[in-house]
Amino acid sequence: MSAEASSLPSPQGRGTQGGRAMTPILSVRDLVVTFAIREGVVTAVNGVSFDVHRGEVLGLVGESGSGKSVTGLAILGLVDAPGRIEAGSIRLEGEELIGKPERELRRLRGKRLAMIFQDPMTTLNPVLRIDTQMIEAIRAHENVSEKAARDRARQALLKVGIPSPEERLTAYPHQFSGGMRQRVAIATALLHRPAVLVADEPTTALDVTIQAQILAEVQELAAESGTAMVWITHDLSVIAGLADRIAVMYAGRIVETGAVADVLERPIHPYTAGLIGSVPSRNKRGVPLAQIPGMTPSLAKVPPACPFNPRCPRASVTCRTIMPEPTPYDGARMARCHHPLIEQAPAAA
Amino acid sequence: MLVYLIRRIGQSLLVVAVMATLVFLAMYAVGDPVDILASPDADEFERRAIAQRLGLDRPLWEQFGIFVWNALHGDLGRSFVYNVPAVDVILQRLPATLELALAGLVFSILIGIPLGVLAGLKPNSLIGRSVMSGSILGFSLPNFWIGLMLILLFAVELRWLPAGGRGPTTSVLGLHFALFTWDGLKHLLLPALTLALYKSALVIRIAQAGTREVMLQDYIRFARAKGLSSRRIVLVHVLKNILIPVVTVLGLELGSMIAFAVVTETVFAYPGMGKLLIDSINRLDRPIIVAYLMLTVVIFVIINLIVDLLYAAIDPRVRLSEAKG
Repeated sequence: MSAEASSLPSPQGRGTQGGRAMTPILSVRDLVVTFAIREGVVTAVNGVSFDVHRGEVLGLVGESGSGKSVTGLAILGLVDAPGRIEAGSIRLEGEELIGKPERELRRLRGKRLAMIFQDPMTTLNPVLRIDTQMIEAIRAHENVSEKAARDRARQALLKVGIPSPEERLTAYPHQFSGGMRQRVAIATALLHRPAVLVADEPTTALDVTIQAQILAEVQELAAESGTAMVWITHDLSVIAGLADRIAVMYAGRIVETGAVADVLERPIHPYTAGLIGSVPSRNKRGVPLAQIPGMTPSLAKVPPACPFNPRCPRASVTCRTIMPEPTPYDGARMARCHHPLIEQAPAAA
Repeated sequence: MLVYLIRRIGQSLLVVAVMATLVFLAMYAVGDPVDILASPDADEFERRAIAQRLGLDRPLWEQFGIFVWNALHGDLGRSFVYNVPAVDVILQRLPATLELALAGLVFSILIGIPLGVLAGLKPNSLIGRSVMSGSILGFSLPNFWIGLMLILLFAVELRWLPAGGRGPTTSVLGLHFALFTWDGLKHLLLPALTLALYKSALVIRIAQAGTREVMLQDYIRFARAKGLSSRRIVLVHVLKNILIPVVTVLGLELGSMIAFAVVTETVFAYPGMGKLLIDSINRLDRPIIVAYLMLTVVIFVIINLIVDLLYAAIDPRVRLSEAKG
């Protein structure tokens, strides 16, 4: 795992790191996604940059409306009207995806790029059998016989822990439980051993025990096929056990990145600290749960300068007037804050 | 599945029984057929003779008993006017109407589903808007006017198709169908189109709404994330989902097409059941009306049954939950 590999969003950072330089499998630079709605144009993703290396798991964390799901969809080129990728670059294994014709994107989707979604109850088509839905995913990319595809689908189901897969193949989605459906979706997404899997809160809708099982299985499968993952969630406890690195999003921007242990133990940004403080834990029993005051800003009216300033306990006049720039910190970390929680000098860039 | 079927058939029989009672009572309330059948200068004695011959002098409950008993034996009375069994008169006309309704159904599917799906995929495009505005025309233009315009265009001006009537028929299983000859098809085309216009508009709207809804579902997004072609997504993932509401509505509409093709049949002088019904109501030919209504009820019930079974074939969720009950 290249957990400590640079995640600095500086384009020139790539390839200049001497001997341990490694081209990231997925590289997102200055991504801007806008939605033209009745109230005007809102910017859901505003200059997001990150790298994911082979086999690495990046946790993309944020509250609802922070732009994390849209970022995920943008990677697969699935941002629908009225949304639009306004600017930026998304490179998969060095190949630019933005501006690629739909036909070529389609060839990559499911093959090199895969995605699983939040609600397992709705990700499978209710009127098609499981075998239909898995076989079509195989045959969309490989010219194999129905029978060969079916064999592969069966093995894939077995791998994600579905008992008697031969029988289950002919079942319909409603005959599965939520956890089983998510397993089917995961098996389907990993059929072609993709380079990158974007997971949009795939365990949020599941029971905690099932959640733990599925996390373990996905982790194992991804490691086996060398698939890198962008794991989108609002649940820090999931990220803690799963991700190598973490990127915290707020109002369309990444406000802090770093190795997962660093960020969770010593957050730089007050927002990250607030998120961590909001996680219930056994050590704090009887103490009222900490909250971040206020609400995620509506994207139609993001506060000026630092978007977190109205909710931030450390906000000053500067925060209300000047947008904090991404600042590198020791340990390949980055944060955008005028009043960081770590009183250490920023590392040399 | 079998339990489900048996239960559904039981329900259907109950509906038929209730309808038989209602139809009989309603007929009683419409008017006294003796007034029409007897000559205006007939005296009380002659009138009573007619009533006696038709069994109209007996008490209501007795008439009802006789009606039910005969109905159970497949006898719905003799037409007062034609003096032959009412069922025969209707069955003679049934194939014509059935043919017309089925052709209308096929047209409304062929026109409605492709246009509706297209409009649903691109709701804000010029073509999407045009289709939806066009469907409003389909709803609001009166049936008879469309029929007359089609006759004017294709029969009078272009002389491509006949203006009315029914083409030569061939006998299939003892019933007469015009469907199997070229000339018969030509006769069928215009009335079927007229009948289909309103239904197409309905199908367009249902298919459009369904497509728009389905396209927003996560499973469509997942299908795209799998790298499927949009052709496969539309033809398999979308189409199969929107068929559920389309089949429901078309099933109900097929019944109404068979039962109430009256206007179209009149405009095209098409010898179907609808025209027979209007004539019989005017002449208070009670057995024909009763037989017609009963037949209509049975047709509706059968179509509903078929729709329910089709439903189960399309939507696996229905199959399972109903089979348990």
